[in-house]
Amino acid sequence: MPDVNITVDGKKVTAPAGTLLIEACKSVGIEVPSFCYYPNLSLQGACRMCLVKIEKMPKLQTACTTVIGEGMIVTTDSDEIRQARKGMVELLLGNHPLDCPVCDAGGECELQDMTFSYGAAESKYIEPKNHRDEQQWSPVVYFDRPRCILCYRCVRVCGEAMDVWALGVQNRGVSSIIAPNKEDHLECEECGMCIDICPVGALTSGAYRYKTRPWEMKHVGTTCTHCADGCKTTLGVRRADAGMEIVRGDNRDKSGINNDFLCIKGRYAFDFAENPERIMTPLIRRDGRLTPATWEEAFALIGRTFREIVDTHGGSAIGVVGSNRITNEEAYLLQKFARVVLDTNNIDHHRTADFPAFAAALSGKPGLTASMRDVYNAAAMLLIGNDPTNRHPLLAYQIRNNVRLHRAKLHIVNSQEIKLRRQATSFAAIPAGGENVLAAFLAGDDAQAESLASGGMNRDAWLSWRDKLHAEPNLVVIFGSEVHGQGISALVKFAAALQGAKLICLGDYANSRGAADMGLYPDLLPGYLPIGDPGKFHEEWSAMPTAQGLDLRGMVQSAQARNLRALYVVGANPIGRFEIDPYVFSDSFVVVQEMFLTETAAIADVVLPAANAYEKAGTFTNTCGDLQQVKKAGDKTETKSDFEMIVRIADAMGFDIRHLVPFGRGVRADMGQSRGAQSGEADRHAVWLQANNLEPKLSPFDPMAILDEIQRLVPGYDVSRINLLAGNDEHTRLSACGPGAMHDPELIVPADDTLFTSGTLGRYSKTLNSVIENRQVPESEVAAD
Amino acid sequence: MAELVSHPDEIKVVTRRFGMGATNIDRYLELDGYKAVQKALAMPPDDVINLVKNSGLRGRGGAGFNTGMKWSFVPKQSPKPKYVLCNGDESEPGTCKDRLIFEHDPHSVIEGVMIAAIAVQSHAGYIYIRGEYRYLSVIMQKALQDAYARGFLGKNIFGSGYDLDIYWHGGAGAYEVGEESALMESLEGKRGIPRIRPPFPAVVGLWGGPTVINNAETLASVPHIILGGAEWYASLGTPKNGGTRLFCLSGHLNRPGVYELPMGYNLKKMIYEVGGGIPNGRSLKAVVPGGSSTPALKPEEIDVAMDFDALMKAGSMLGSGGVVVLDDTTCMVKFALRTIKFYQHESCGWCIPCREGTDWLKKTLTRFHQGAGLMKDIDNIQYLSENMLGRTFCPLGDAAAMPTIAFVKKWRKEFEDHLEGRPCPFEKEGAIEQLPVLSH
Amino acid sequence: MKFSEEFEQRFAEMVTHYPTKRSALVPTLLYAQDEVGFLSDEVISELASRLALTELEVRNVISYYSMLTTKPRGKFNVQVCTNIACMLRGGEELLHHCSKKLGIGHKGTTPDGMFTLEEVECIGACSWAPAVQVNYDFHENLTTEKMDKVLDEYKKRGTQ
Ligand SMILES: Cc1cc2nc3c(=O)[nH]c(=O)nc-3n(C[C@H](O)[C@H](O)[C@H](O)COP(=O)(O)O)c2cc1C
Ligand code: SF4
Ligand code: FES
Repeated sequence: MPDVNITVDGKKVTAPAGTLLIEACKSVGIEVPSFCYYPNLSLQGACRMCLVKIEKMPKLQTACTTVIGEGMIVTTDSDEIRQARKGMVELLLGNHPLDCPVCDAGGECELQDMTFSYGAAESKYIEPKNHRDEQQWSPVVYFDRPRCILCYRCVRVCGEAMDVWALGVQNRGVSSIIAPNKEDHLECEECGMCIDICPVGALTSGAYRYKTRPWEMKHVGTTCTHCADGCKTTLGVRRADAGMEIVRGDNRDKSGINNDFLCIKGRYAFDFAENPERIMTPLIRRDGRLTPATWEEAFALIGRTFREIVDTHGGSAIGVVGSNRITNEEAYLLQKFARVVLDTNNIDHHRTADFPAFAAALSGKPGLTASMRDVYNAAAMLLIGNDPTNRHPLLAYQIRNNVRLHRAKLHIVNSQEIKLRRQATSFAAIPAGGENVLAAFLAGDDAQAESLASGGMNRDAWLSWRDKLHAEPNLVVIFGSEVHGQGISALVKFAAALQGAKLICLGDYANSRGAADMGLYPDLLPGYLPIGDPGKFHEEWSAMPTAQGLDLRGMVQSAQARNLRALYVVGANPIGRFEIDPYVFSDSFVVVQEMFLTETAAIADVVLPAANAYEKAGTFTNTCGDLQQVKKAGDKTETKSDFEMIVRIADAMGFDIRHLVPFGRGVRADMGQSRGAQSGEADRHAVWLQANNLEPKLSPFDPMAILDEIQRLVPGYDVSRINLLAGNDEHTRLSACGPGAMHDPELIVPADDTLFTSGTLGRYSKTLNSVIENRQVPESEVAAD
Repeated sequence: MAELVSHPDEIKVVTRRFGMGATNIDRYLELDGYKAVQKALAMPPDDVINLVKNSGLRGRGGAGFNTGMKWSFVPKQSPKPKYVLCNGDESEPGTCKDRLIFEHDPHSVIEGVMIAAIAVQSHAGYIYIRGEYRYLSVIMQKALQDAYARGFLGKNIFGSGYDLDIYWHGGAGAYEVGEESALMESLEGKRGIPRIRPPFPAVVGLWGGPTVINNAETLASVPHIILGGAEWYASLGTPKNGGTRLFCLSGHLNRPGVYELPMGYNLKKMIYEVGGGIPNGRSLKAVVPGGSSTPALKPEEIDVAMDFDALMKAGSMLGSGGVVVLDDTTCMVKFALRTIKFYQHESCGWCIPCREGTDWLKKTLTRFHQGAGLMKDIDNIQYLSENMLGRTFCPLGDAAAMPTIAFVKKWRKEFEDHLEGRPCPFEKEGAIEQLPVLSH
Repeated sequence: MKFSEEFEQRFAEMVTHYPTKRSALVPTLLYAQDEVGFLSDEVISELASRLALTELEVRNVISYYSMLTTKPRGKFNVQVCTNIACMLRGGEELLHHCSKKLGIGHKGTTPDGMFTLEEVECIGACSWAPAVQVNYDFHENLTTEKMDKVLDEYKKRGTQ
């Protein structure tokens, strides 16, 4: 677009034609106040706070609705303007309860700030205010009507950005009110966007309200621990009896890939950490019952037993199950531990997508993977399978808003009428299970058009549909776990032939992609290298087995055959998830690192209380391959990170942990030497570094030491450390990995989580459960509302 | 229904068929009905626009914008369909003229819409009638049916090859919906919230298409202009204020009623001769010259020509032609209160100054009139009104603020007489307590 | 949900008058209310589905227009205008008179369900003030005596 020149308060401003005056001002650091204006939502001109003077116009104009015009001369501050804004604030305060001291928004309230800047504190009116009682609209949403200033932000974000349309405006004049879609309550996706966007304390969250004052919290920006999209969530934490308690989650600073988006899980489902059922002490099975024990006892027992089994039966008698929710560093450490300490390749995890096949197909083909950011800017998108609205809320949000704000095209192929079809340019129904067939067809196998023709579209329709896709520039192809193996190779073949096309493979859980990348497979090393590959890993690590190990199924069979002497489970619940008969492991020594007494923990011989991803540091890789930092926000002093526990077990086995964690290697922390300090000084300095989330690589429990190794050894992970530590997302390169592998699709079991479930974490989240209990309609209806 | 009055000074143009049974289409045809539209069909559209422009016809809805000029803003080419929308929401207190036109001469409105449509080359028009006027909707729906039956509407009207559809549409009780952009929202089945302007309706209106919006009386005047010519019509009124208009005389008068008088007719004469003066030998205290939104005039200010420009000079507005006369027994505080109550009740609530401002003015004036007023209230009322003025989302805020400012400025003494717990000097004992308050 | 033949015909025709279905909403609501007496949940969900709207959208619109109501009313809705022109000619006295006579206040309904009383804004009868609308019928140039006759008329009509 051509540029337009205007003058604001004497400053020359140049901005693209079509820019709103309020944005043009912002671009040169001139803040024009506003309540109702919100970027990327429809214009209102309702609050009249943004009134400015434009030369040759008799009345003051609203900067939020004025499009800049060449030569415009604007004044944003004058007595007249200040008086106008003061007047608005005075009018608002006229009916606004001044209960700021007990208001959740107190200290973070835009009305307070405006009152402060325009000095409208003294109330001109002695009339009584129109009072209304507070209403609870849903387990998470509360509405305090008198505080509402009717900026309509909540209504718009719910409708325009979320496509839920659960909020409306009712009555008129001074009795106008924001109303929920079901008379006195809400039936919606409970994303909490309305609460986050509310400039005052009218909408508050059940999770946070009356818990604390904003300024009493410390804010830690980390990565959400629920789905695989990797939203940045800024957690508000405060001191608790033992450790730190998380009281709030949001992303108002818009610092992540999710801008200010969060779904209910990222915003409220941190509460599993406080669940009373959480295991707070190591447990050892004594005459049949799990009984509390000390850490020392626990580690000693595990170390002794593991050592014994490895020495007498060999590593093949031990199985290791990793997790989709531990950090990359922990996943990496776990498989390294299995291979070099336990001397076994019997390691696996709950697979939710065929990443090895994706790696195989992409190997040596750079630039074909899309980041979460690309989804928001792509000119066109093709979605095959999955239901992002429920299983990838952020992805769905990116897709919707790309369509809404950039008029991007969206083509959907699905066996269900998923909600995103409302944004779709084209929607093609196919029979469930037909996704791989479709992939083959896209890759040029016309014969497949016949078998697809069953659903709605005939052969020719399919052919012309495919031609349309071929014409789409910068197409992003997003596919669910319905597509696997050869299907994935076919899609990659299809995309590689298009101009600027990219792909996204959808897995479930916060770090399923990381678990795969870090090699939680019996046949693959980190970076999808074959186990036998005589590469860097063999050079750098001490001896490890080169024969393919057992996958989960294999471990179960081996246990049935009474050959699996021990099972080491880190943050997973295979028995619950795969409905394995628990007695299978009755002869095996089972060690489980968990937060809760899951079906798997229940049969363990030793249970170690684990910290969750909100209580430790490291990195996650989202389903797109975007690497992000995980920071320690909450803290339970009675628990330990999986990282520390793995190292301690290695130590208890008599293994020289320097060969496990290369601490002291790589970039060193300043130990105070630069200040010529004494050792005492150095320790205090180390403490200071910890406190500031800078991890000095002094201790064997230092994930950064492993991150060094990951960045050094895992192909595609050699991204900018500076950017990563600065809190940005860094796209890893799957194409550098490989050769990958073709696995039995049977081993892939999608989590099938909805907006309100989240595997084990969800089971122990009060908020999620209360929402589920509260629902009177099946999800589908809400989505289709 | 509403009975008709007449006065020798009247010039019957829009009202010439009143009481002649012109709701009957044959009768309407006998009285030169549907001649103008056929003439217009034969003219180049721009000539129609210029003719109306030169006639000096100005909007009768309140703003008084030159009608031909407004039509000329409609783009010739438009990817989206163009529309003509007749504003028959008549809700401005003091105004009851469109009602008579719909009742006595519905076809003249239809014909006016047709001519406007032809002028801007639109093929669909809507006649919006306020919900309370149900009996007029019945009349209008019948009139439209008859016009269709004769082939005056629909495909190829009058065999001209021009297609034109006109539909009736009804409201459901909302003054704000009379505001042109809110009117379009209402017609689109939404809440009557005004739209952001620019773009103006003439460019982006109904369903995104260019739209001409005119008051019912404005449109009813058009056929007469087409037949009588621009010069004739202009000559009836004063410069830039062509023709006649319907003045709704109400309040303390001996002969209230709706009179069609030439533009620029003297207000004093209108009150004392046409309206028959003030009853029971009382004297005049104030006149609201153009509906409740226009600042009231004091007796010494009423020797003024009733046209848009003269009243503007006199610090008020011609507005919608509702002339409300107040005698010396009227309490101006109570009158101000009742006026503001209306705007508080009708504010759409979209923007802060109008929503909160009208509510606080109502609350303060209520308390004030009940004798609990404070000196600072008087200044606050003015301060508050001035904070609203020119800063609201649509002109309703101004419509509430302007008269209020005038009341306080011109009748400040009466406000002061209410102070220190003194009862309203004009109220009978006990009347105030039971003063009804509109609740929402 | 069953409406009268007349309603159905009008509705069927009206929706063809606009490029978007929902445009027919406001007048349709009023006609539906005239039949049912008020806008019941049933009516709301019916019209919502007919016009492809959510019930919330329909309620948003209903609550905006002062003639539309979701609560039952008396057989005859006595709407007394007290706006400026009527006020100057005794509109308020008329309102109080009705209020006393019927024993109900603003928006109240008589126990027998015959009358609802409402103070309304200008109904476009300023030159014939004071004026009252009973349902859709205008009664103008009223005095308290004339008002009594009017009410008695309706009571008769309502009881037979
Ligand atoms: C609050 C408000 C209410 C209005 N009500 C009416 C009305 O009832 N009838 C009307 O014709 N114009 C009304 N208008 C004026 C319209 O916005 C518009 O100017 C007019 O219909 C244009 O037609 P005209 O040019 O023929 O006057 C109102 C304006 C405002 C701000
Ligand atoms: S979309 Fe996913 S990552 Fe984002 S908040 Fe929700 S669960 Fe967390
Ligand atoms: S921000 Fe411009 S009117 Fe609200």
